[in-house]
Amino acid sequence: MFASILTLGGIGLFAAVALGVAAKKFAVEIDPRELAVLDALPGANCGACGMPGCAGYAKAIVDGSMAPNLCTPGGSEAIEKIAQIMGVEAQSAEPQVAVVCCQGDNQKATLKYRYLGLYDCNAAQKIADGPKTCPGGCLGLGSCVRACPFDAIEITAAGLAVINRDKCTGCQKCVAQCPRSVIHMTPRLAETHVLCNSTDKGAQVRKYCQVGCIACQICKKNAPEAYQIENFLARVDYSHAAAAAAVAEKCPTKCIRDFSHGYPDGSSYGVPTPEKLRGEAV
Amino acid sequence: MKSALKNLKSFAGGLHPPDGKHFSAGKAIEICPLPEELVIPLAQHIGAPAEACVEVGALVKKGSPIAKAKGFVSVPIHASTSGEVIAVEPRLHPMGKHLPAVVIKPDGKDLWDDSLTGADPQDLNAAELKNRLQAAGIVGLGGATFPTHVKLSPPADKPIDTLILNGVECEPFLTADHRLMLEETERIFDGIDILRKILGITRAVIGIEANKPDAIELLTARGAARQIEVQALEVKYPQGAEKQLIDAITGRQVPSGTLPMEVGVVVQNVGTCAAISDAIRRGHPLVERVVSITGPALVEPKNLLVRIGTSLQFLVDQCGGLNGAAAKIIMGGPMMGQTQLSLDVPAIRGTSGVLIFRQQDLPRYEAGPCIRCGRCISVCPIHLQPTSIAACARLDMIDQAAGYHALDCIECGCCTYICPATLPLVQSIRYAKAAIMAQKRTT
Amino acid sequence: MENQLYLSSSPHIHNGETTDQVMRKVIYALVPASLVSLYFFGLPALSVLLICTLGCMVFEALSCWLKKIPQTLADGSAALTGILLALNLPPSSPWWISLLGAAIAILIGKQVYGGLGHNPFNPALVARVVLLISFPVQMTNWTAPAPLTSGFDAVTTATPLGEMKTAVMLTGKLPALAQSGFSDYLLGNMGGCLGEVSALALLLGGVYLLYKKIISWHTPVAFIGTVLVLGGIFWAIAPEKYPSPLFHLVTGGLILGAFFMATDMVTSPVTTKGMLIFGCGCGLLTLLIRLFGGYPEGVSFAILLMNAATPLIDRFCRPKIYGQRPAKA
Repeated sequence: MFASILTLGGIGLFAAVALGVAAKKFAVEIDPRELAVLDALPGANCGACGMPGCAGYAKAIVDGSMAPNLCTPGGSEAIEKIAQIMGVEAQSAEPQVAVVCCQGDNQKATLKYRYLGLYDCNAAQKIADGPKTCPGGCLGLGSCVRACPFDAIEITAAGLAVINRDKCTGCQKCVAQCPRSVIHMTPRLAETHVLCNSTDKGAQVRKYCQVGCIACQICKKNAPEAYQIENFLARVDYSHAAAAAAVAEKCPTKCIRDFSHGYPDGSSYGVPTPEKLRGEAV
Repeated sequence: MKSALKNLKSFAGGLHPPDGKHFSAGKAIEICPLPEELVIPLAQHIGAPAEACVEVGALVKKGSPIAKAKGFVSVPIHASTSGEVIAVEPRLHPMGKHLPAVVIKPDGKDLWDDSLTGADPQDLNAAELKNRLQAAGIVGLGGATFPTHVKLSPPADKPIDTLILNGVECEPFLTADHRLMLEETERIFDGIDILRKILGITRAVIGIEANKPDAIELLTARGAARQIEVQALEVKYPQGAEKQLIDAITGRQVPSGTLPMEVGVVVQNVGTCAAISDAIRRGHPLVERVVSITGPALVEPKNLLVRIGTSLQFLVDQCGGLNGAAAKIIMGGPMMGQTQLSLDVPAIRGTSGVLIFRQQDLPRYEAGPCIRCGRCISVCPIHLQPTSIAACARLDMIDQAAGYHALDCIECGCCTYICPATLPLVQSIRYAKAAIMAQKRTT
Repeated sequence: MENQLYLSSSPHIHNGETTDQVMRKVIYALVPASLVSLYFFGLPALSVLLICTLGCMVFEALSCWLKKIPQTLADGSAALTGILLALNLPPSSPWWISLLGAAIAILIGKQVYGGLGHNPFNPALVARVVLLISFPVQMTNWTAPAPLTSGFDAVTTATPLGEMKTAVMLTGKLPALAQSGFSDYLLGNMGGCLGEVSALALLLGGVYLLYKKIISWHTPVAFIGTVLVLGGIFWAIAPEKYPSPLFHLVTGGLILGAFFMATDMVTSPVTTKGMLIFGCGCGLLTLLIRLFGGYPEGVSFAILLMNAATPLIDRFCRPKIYGQRPAKA
């Protein structure tokens, strides 16, 4: 028994010494700042910055080949921390979140045909330009949901994609997947948006959607700086977001949504966190 | 003629869907009357769409060009009858979107354009013959609509020694080529002679599936004196696919990523041969073709000689209408055809058949998980692994999909037909192929 | 009015046979063997069959409910796993062994991997092997067949393979039984698991599966063929130590394994070439375990080991794509 204790103990000791020596001798030189930057990044490996993973981006920041403010999921807090580590000025871009500019679920918008096949928007779009009559409307088959690394998108029971404004980090992976370009990036602080993506004339829109923008111009008449009408579609000018919110209720088709009152029908997300609380919760 | 039927050749893979030919096989070709309006799209072939060369109000005759070819891989489009051009605007196209089309209102007189002249093929050389074929708008009528004059212009380093004629018509339900072989044998043979002259070869083999014994018998007998062989083939889908046809008849396999010219073969559909004969001998451009309007939903399925631009609704009306609400309208065969948004789409040069299915004719569809049964692998005529490619497609693993040779898929549909989990395999593979091509374009 | 037409990618026809129909046909193929087991072992066999089958279905429904996904009972795979598991258990199994087996088969053998189509190992065999190793006494408690008509109570006995292994280990020679009694073995008049006893009933089911094209001949032929050939070689070398190939064929779980377990689509190779390799591997391992291993029966272990090799076999047995061989002149 004594012999076995000695043998095993000896092997253990030898291995420990060998590992210690190897750790010192074969250590890879890493700039300690790289580890600190990696720590400051959210670690989601989402690819929004352009690098495939956070480790790659950390390395690029430290060796100076990439700007330190490209991490949208990390937000201003990550950018500030990184700026501190690198000893530069923090230049955060205004945080943006994605919005699905459509409220035409299966109960409010018509379908061109009954689709059979892969449950994927890109696949369905290839068949006669997608099952939704509206050429710009959300197909609701979930390509964006699968692309989102932060679990921030859901499909309602009636087939509409809705993005959770609290969870969205602005990485834009959903924007790249959507075949109808119905997801747009908007400033996080702006809560009023025109949820329509159709550039068809009003009369046509009425035929296929109850909640589409018919370019009646009521919004623009009541808040001229806050709304632009282009190609029969209204858009909020986000530099006047407050004025936009005031006239949202006047829209006859209810296609303008003020998210502080809640998400589109059928969504399970409730109400987004009010802006003043958001800063503290983080 | 039993000997012709005994020596059946075939290829590895494939399967036997129910024939469905009985709906329209015995029906002789009928001439479809002129409709009130002909909508002739400008994109009816592989290659660049033609460009309109008439304006609203122009009076045209049958066979007058109404759109010019754009480039070498393109053909002109012609008026299918005499009449007035009432519109040049986007109209619903069989591809499911609104694309430019020329709309003609027939004047009822149906007069040919006088400037069209026929010629004796003996008097023309290969280049002249090919020019006439392009001018006549001849494209492959098997469904692919590849411009024929391009197919007949292989580069000098790819010598051709065999012409194969596709009389297989392996898609269930379709019978247009079958009837054509029985009723227009002479025109087909004439087209074959013209093709042989253009290619400068002597060997021509017509491939026919054994479920058309009357056609095999007739063409073998008549072809003997003209040095045209007939090869009877085992009834198996997709025997009519180019690669499988070449493999069965010559034993040669077209290398991956190349064309039949690589193995010294040119393949043409028998319908294209008849059109070639008309184009050269009579100077007639491609303005009409035989279409099988068939399927269990039609009161009276028929094989009609249809003017290009006739709406599917008109064709269905000619067949006595439907005996139930339509659930699926398919242009082409049930394995590779394209579903349509409505019957208000025109028949175009590539329309070999119109199939209508009612709700009860549709297969059950509830995609379950892949149970790794391997049936898709055993039926694939290209010997791919469809379930693996589809799995890569679903997970957006494009490089791995390319590694499984997704680009070699001929989209025949055998895998999806046999899959017990009713997985949309062809759709997934198409998704992978598009993603691979997109990736190739950006790198 | 909305368009009621369906649009989809081609093809637009299907041969009509769906997963649940495939599973159902396999269940039909197991009916003869189940009936024979009921005849020979009576009520205990019925209880094992019922508890296993219903237990598997209950656990499958439970998993779907816990995972919050649509119920998958309709595809019939849980019921099939239940019947196969029952046929792999001794007739005298207590109810808790059957239930535990059902839980292991479905929850650990299948659901943990993601459900149907994702498990690397045959679920029924996973359960049987776990039970065998954990409860060796209960799992090797064999009863002699007592045909329903005879009115006898259960009497403990040994399986032919068990007798063979004990005799060879103790005396180095085969017991007398190993040389005769083939008609008994063929019809099912011997000790063993529910599904091991009647070679004839199982063969009937196997032929039905082949006829209906649910399975292909490659795996069973390779499996049984390898056992027969290798068994024959050993028998020829030392007939007093090694039993004849025919003995191997009709005793133990060889026919059940070759036709119903090794052919499980999810866990076996997808190409025919792969299936042949798989079958040969199973045969080789079965024979080695039977003749030289510690356990009297090796089919379960052999199949599980080859299941582990399936991804590798698939990787090396990819079919040759059309157009890869050089064009002939």
